[in-house]
Amino acid sequence: MRNKLIFLLFISVSVICILEACQSEQELNYARYYMNGKEIYEGHCQNCHGDSGQGLAQLYPPLTDTSYLKTNKSELACIIKNGLKGPISVNGIEFNGEMPSESHLANIDIAAVITYITNSFGNKQGLYDVANAEADLKACQH
Amino acid sequence: MLFRDSQASAPTFETDDLTIKMRINCLFISCLLTLAACSSDTEKRLPILGEREPVEKTVDGKTVVDTIYQTIPAFSFINQDSSVVTEKNFEGRIFVADFFFTSCTSICPIMHRNMLKVYEKFKDNKEVGILSHTIDFKYDTPSKLKSYAEKLGITGDQWQFVKGTKDSVYTLAEKNYLVAVAEDKAAPDGFVHQGWFILVDKDKRLRGAYDGTKKEAVDQLITDMEILLEEYDEK
Repeated sequence: MRNKLIFLLFISVSVICILEACQSEQELNYARYYMNGKEIYEGHCQNCHGDSGQGLAQLYPPLTDTSYLKTNKSELACIIKNGLKGPISVNGIEFNGEMPSESHLANIDIAAVITYITNSFGNKQGLYDVANAEADLKACQH
Repeated sequence: MLFRDSQASAPTFETDDLTIKMRINCLFISCLLTLAACSSDTEKRLPILGEREPVEKTVDGKTVVDTIYQTIPAFSFINQDSSVVTEKNFEGRIFVADFFFTSCTSICPIMHRNMLKVYEKFKDNKEVGILSHTIDFKYDTPSKLKSYAEKLGITGDQWQFVKGTKDSVYTLAEKNYLVAVAEDKAAPDGFVHQGWFILVDKDKRLRGAYDGTKKEAVDQLITDMEILLEEYDEK
């Protein structure tokens, strides 16, 4: 009986440990995407969209419209890869410009920058990994 | 305090020497103070940049040496409203000049995000102007410039967006504003250029150059513009 109890205790402790490890593995992965994404953002996006995602007047849309980024999340990879032309409405303001394509970015970099953007400037959407990016790019209509 | 003390001891003959010495001291100290006041004044004055040459001229029968400073020469460009803009539009104004193009995704958005701060700060001040020259002489038509200005939220004639021939704009940039600009097929947007904001006074002389991509530099520009405006208030 006593042995059984000890065994159960041992099993539950191990399960908790494994779960914890998984958790931190995922957190680590998120942190990795986020940090890489920040660097890519600074090099490729920040000039126009600003260091705090504020955009610039009606020239460049801000990235602080959390509902836009949520509703269009599956489009983001496509927009970054192929650019965007034509009117969009962000924060209730119409933008009608042209965003250049960043077609040279690898899928993993696109995933990283999306993880960064969708978890900065007031957004909190969690990890967006390379598998997400590949799937969204496959469905890309642009 | 010193002066009053010396006056208090003045009536006695024995202290006369001392009084004179103290008076001299006082004079010396006030001279020093005046000098100090002068030098703090010159510290607040902005330097005059660019080339200069001394010229001799005759004033009241005497020959004096005067300095001729580098100035922005006459120019004629087309602005966002398809109107002609010349140096006369900036008469009685200090102004900030820069070089950009509307399809630029490198430093221009940062520059104009910062320039917007200058615009907001001196909005409706008739003594202040902003002059942005496009270096994309093919693509940036007046209507492109207009749409850019509108999207940036610029109204009125305080901030002019102008285009000219390649030769006129590039020469003015390099020879007169001392800003490097060039077409470069290898650059991502097709041009390379520097992001300087050049401060020009009412006499068209260069009074400062600030990195338009740096917030701190642009804050300094705003401070210096106030100093420069004060210079004309004194006159």
